[in-house]
Amino acid sequence: MPTSFLWGLANPTRFMALSARILPWMAALSAVVTAAGLYLALFSSPADYQQGETVRIMYIHVPAAWLALALYAIMSLSALGTLVWRHPLADVSQKAAAPIGAAFTLLCLVTGSLWGKPMWGTWWVWDARLTSVLVLFLIYLGILALWRAIEDPGQAARAVAILTLVGFVNIPIVKFSVDWWNTLHQPASVIRMDGATIDASMLWPLFTMAIGLTLLALTLHMSGMRSEILARRARSLTLKAADRAAERQRPLPLSAGSAGAGSA
Amino acid sequence: MMAALGALLVRDLKLAARVGGSGLLGVVFFLMLVTLIPFALGPDLNLLSRIGPAILWIAAVLATLIGLDRLFQGDEEDGSLDLMRMSHVPLELVVIVKGLAHWLTTGFPLALLSPLFGLLLAQEPDAMLAVMATLMVGTPALTFIGGIGAALTASLPRGGLILAVLVLPLMIPTLIFGVSAAQAAIGGTVPFLTPFLVLAALSLVAIVTGAVASAAALRGGG
Amino acid sequence: MKLAIDHLSCRRAGRLLIDDLTLTIAGGEALVVKGPNGAGKSTLLATLAGRLKPAGGTIRLVGDDATAGRGGEEDAPLAERAVLVGHRDGLKVALTAAENLVFAAAMLGAPATPAEAAAALDVFGLAHLADIPVGYLSAGQRRRVALTRLVLARFVPVDRPVWLLDEPTSALDAAAQEDLAHLMRQHLAGGGLIVAATHLPLGLEGARSLTLGSQAGYHDAADGWEFGA
Repeated sequence: MPTSFLWGLANPTRFMALSARILPWMAALSAVVTAAGLYLALFSSPADYQQGETVRIMYIHVPAAWLALALYAIMSLSALGTLVWRHPLADVSQKAAAPIGAAFTLLCLVTGSLWGKPMWGTWWVWDARLTSVLVLFLIYLGILALWRAIEDPGQAARAVAILTLVGFVNIPIVKFSVDWWNTLHQPASVIRMDGATIDASMLWPLFTMAIGLTLLALTLHMSGMRSEILARRARSLTLKAADRAAERQRPLPLSAGSAGAGSA
Repeated sequence: MMAALGALLVRDLKLAARVGGSGLLGVVFFLMLVTLIPFALGPDLNLLSRIGPAILWIAAVLATLIGLDRLFQGDEEDGSLDLMRMSHVPLELVVIVKGLAHWLTTGFPLALLSPLFGLLLAQEPDAMLAVMATLMVGTPALTFIGGIGAALTASLPRGGLILAVLVLPLMIPTLIFGVSAAQAAIGGTVPFLTPFLVLAALSLVAIVTGAVASAAALRGGG
Repeated sequence: MKLAIDHLSCRRAGRLLIDDLTLTIAGGEALVVKGPNGAGKSTLLATLAGRLKPAGGTIRLVGDDATAGRGGEEDAPLAERAVLVGHRDGLKVALTAAENLVFAAAMLGAPATPAEAAAALDVFGLAHLADIPVGYLSAGQRRRVALTRLVLARFVPVDRPVWLLDEPTSALDAAAQEDLAHLMRQHLAGGGLIVAATHLPLGLEGARSLTLGSQAGYHDAADGWEFGA
């Protein structure tokens, strides 16, 4: 059962032990699959009859777009985990997913822009999809900023979880409104990329790349969770050390019973 | 409960009137933005009249944002938010009433005075009316979406900038439909009512989401 | 009526400040919470007031058989049966003392007229300041305006038997401290409950005391896990 499995991981110590064993295998697997995908994409797949070699950007661009959304979905699930189920690893997972998601969103934007230059003759067009992804990137940046702004980890987790869910509600609204906006201001000469059926010779490399990059994202996510847990342990130990030092400075703490005694 | 909400509304309106007149300040800021843009674009009246609704809407978004960081922060700093948390009134309703007070002192006067500023941007009378109507219906969405950011940053000493970063992306749909409704009124392929109704729906959704999310944020945890 | 705290633990910024606290405060009893700075006094009060969520354990207000009807737990959570005077006064400097109190009364569940607010202010000898913006008052006067919330129950039907006080005597002069002590004794005599965090003597004989600080600890450092259910 997935739920009981997740609760089995609720103990951070168990998570650390388990993830330490899984992580190398996941890293190796994602490296192998991504390498295979890159070989298929760059060497063994044909160039497009219309777009030429630039079509190969697609093999990065499309998986990046998929991961931009998938990582937001992971963050939203984690946010629910923080707010509703109070799973102790949920906010660690949210925090680890945010920068990875933002990175893939940026990758999607950059590759889209690089693809756009030869296709559309300009680095950026206010195409509905590109614009939606840009707004998604802005939402990611807001989440990252909020993580950094709030000192207390528990408080930050709660605030970010609320923001993540509000963003989740907003993403379809943004998509809908950007589509509306785009049809109102249809640019004159844009080659639409959708609608074109994709040939099997391109589908396989794309599929392999998508799996490889997804494995990479999951590996990064797990390793990000591990570093976050370690960072919190370090923080906890620092707090403890600070308190010990403070206790040594104040050898006589207020003792019980001395009602009304003033303190320093 | 109605008495408590009424007292809260009266209090917030009094505070807005007395403390630096933050509502009035929003209108002044709005005027400043409307004045700045022709300096950047040049005094071409044809151009200004074409993009006037867009200018007014952007100015409204920014002017709404200006006072928002204090929506909950002031009450959090001086402890009066504890009074509201401990009252018998659900925090969601407290958020709605505080948002209403903010809108009455910011969005509402902006919308009301927008025809005046429309004159500066060479707007036709029906364009002015259309912008006014869209601002009336759309600015509540801005207030309540912004309110989420205000609640999330209520305990931060310098929440203003981060508030803007958090909520501006969420305000994009409101901006899109506000401007398209206003543009539709002065001519175009789309009937005015379609985007206008979507705008109204966005405001309603924003009030509900804003109330729930802001209350969840203010309830705290830690 | 009694306030039952059961296995309560509170965490603040990663520190476990209160660990497994169990105690019961009955009607007519006062609990004075002591301890050095950072020991968790304000955290305990904020948790009782519902502003912070406990890391574990429960806080319940249990009614008497006769008053609660069903002989069990009160319907309303503790926060809705308590008046808090925190270390922040909860006053708006731009509003007059009376306006602040009218608002506080509305939030406490019983609307008051400005005249009733002025009458409440008179308890602390502040009636002449009722129409002056709080921004013009001294720190001690502001404190007294904030404390006036406690006596609103005498003028309007506020039903909040639990007083949560965080450093209530700060900025008060000797006379005002004596006034406050007198009010607290009256409140206890009427069956009310008081939880006060303070460094200073409150003038409450027979109050129970709880000293925080020494027992504050952490979860096992080897695990180092600092939050969660």
